[in-house]
Amino acid sequence: MQELIYFDNAATTKVSKSVLDAMLPYLEQFYFNPSSIYSAANFSKEAIEKARGQVAKAIGAQSSEIYFTSCASESNNWAFDIAKKRKAQVHFITTEIEHVSVLRTAKYQEKEHKVTYLGVNDDGRISLGDLEKNITKNTSLVSIMYANNETGVIQPIDEIAEICAKKGVLFHTDAVQAVGKLPIDVKKQKVGMLSLSGHKFHAPKGIGVLYVNKEIQFNSFLFGGSQESGKRAGTENVANIVAIGCAIEEAMVCMQKENEKIQSLRELLFDGIMQIPQVKFNGCRNHSLPNILNFSFEGVEGEGILLHLDLNGICCSSGSACTSGSLDPSHVLMAMGLSHATAQGSVRISLSKYNTQQEVHQFLDVCGPIIEKLRAISPIWQRS
Amino acid sequence: MYSKKVMDHFTNPRNVGCIVDADGVGEVGNAKCGDIMQMFLKIEDSIIVDVKFKTFGCGAAIATSSMATELIKGCSLENALALTNNVVLEALDGLPPAKIHCSVLAAQAVKAAIGDYYKKQGINPEPIVGRIVSCQGCED
Repeated sequence: MQELIYFDNAATTKVSKSVLDAMLPYLEQFYFNPSSIYSAANFSKEAIEKARGQVAKAIGAQSSEIYFTSCASESNNWAFDIAKKRKAQVHFITTEIEHVSVLRTAKYQEKEHKVTYLGVNDDGRISLGDLEKNITKNTSLVSIMYANNETGVIQPIDEIAEICAKKGVLFHTDAVQAVGKLPIDVKKQKVGMLSLSGHKFHAPKGIGVLYVNKEIQFNSFLFGGSQESGKRAGTENVANIVAIGCAIEEAMVCMQKENEKIQSLRELLFDGIMQIPQVKFNGCRNHSLPNILNFSFEGVEGEGILLHLDLNGICCSSGSACTSGSLDPSHVLMAMGLSHATAQGSVRISLSKYNTQQEVHQFLDVCGPIIEKLRAISPIWQRS
Repeated sequence: MYSKKVMDHFTNPRNVGCIVDADGVGEVGNAKCGDIMQMFLKIEDSIIVDVKFKTFGCGAAIATSSMATELIKGCSLENALALTNNVVLEALDGLPPAKIHCSVLAAQAVKAAIGDYYKKQGINPEPIVGRIVSCQGCED
């Protein structure tokens, strides 16, 4: 197999060597059930609490406010469940550009409750006035993602949280893409609940977190044992918990240095891709994660680009309908006002600390010719 | 995900382009569904002597239209009209279930182009080629 160029780090990341080294003993030696009474099991119990502290510190929370879950999808589902049980009449506010784990959870609530979906401007950001206008006395949750997984666009989280605090509404943010890339302080930023996922910052898949501010009263989400303060039963995934603690600590220590490196690669990619005629940048230059870029290439469809990139050993994603298995192109790009054809021709490039300048150059060498080749076949390129 | 044949037709599509003085031109699909196929026919004595296509769409859309042009080139109009999406599918060693509609679209593109040829001849195409479903997905 040729050496892969992995530009799909918003989908998942490689587990780092140090994280792997930290977690392996909890599969091989300290495999005990942390709830067991014997002293050997104590190692596992302590390791979980150490990791809880690491996660808490990374986002400015207290350890007791950190709940380990199986993934951020679970965290997002749980956040809605918590909010739903707080009021008799329930109104949710979210956005049109959320990850499906929020969107479909919200959609399900529509059976019994009112849900408002805020639109976004063409730069992918919500309007604060729009949010304020839609909050009513029944609003029990505002759930707005920290940064978008397709475009990397960062929402005005501080201002959103301020509005929610002023109106006394619980605020949840799906911070899956933001954690490890942006400094987060849930207390200063007045975030009530926050979801995050380990595999986006070099921990393995299968471990997520829901932060819930201690002022919030809530019941158990999974019934059973007394794990996670009795709120989420199930024997802890000790190795993965150790891994997420290690990974988040590493991400915090290296954030600035890594962001600088990733950002320079991103700029190199941006400048190179913008050389291609009729390409549209989908995002917001001033409010963006350092690692995600999204472009639409007029006249071509995303899957074709991805297949050609794959033949060149490059892994990327697309917001095209074909790759998502539905007929509709990316809901995020459509919400930003792109036409169907333009949204279909989108490609997302997402970087990590493991990417290199050489990889960026290799990408740029093949990207232009691929677009040219597909445009030569395209009936709509001929027209434009 | 795709067979070798699909990847071959996707990476090296046959008969790409347009025919300026085509005798029949068909277009099916729309950007909303993600696929647009154009087919151009040159017809002499009821035989398809040349065929070209252009496609905006996924890998399967490009491969099915390329394969369809290969299958009808040199055929009589009668034989070309007998082309079904299953023939295209088999010739490509199959497609993932979500992509079957691309083969339907390719067969429809052929019918649309032949229909246009009859229309240009002053013959009502519908009794011969049937109704063209431009896009199965949205019944457009």
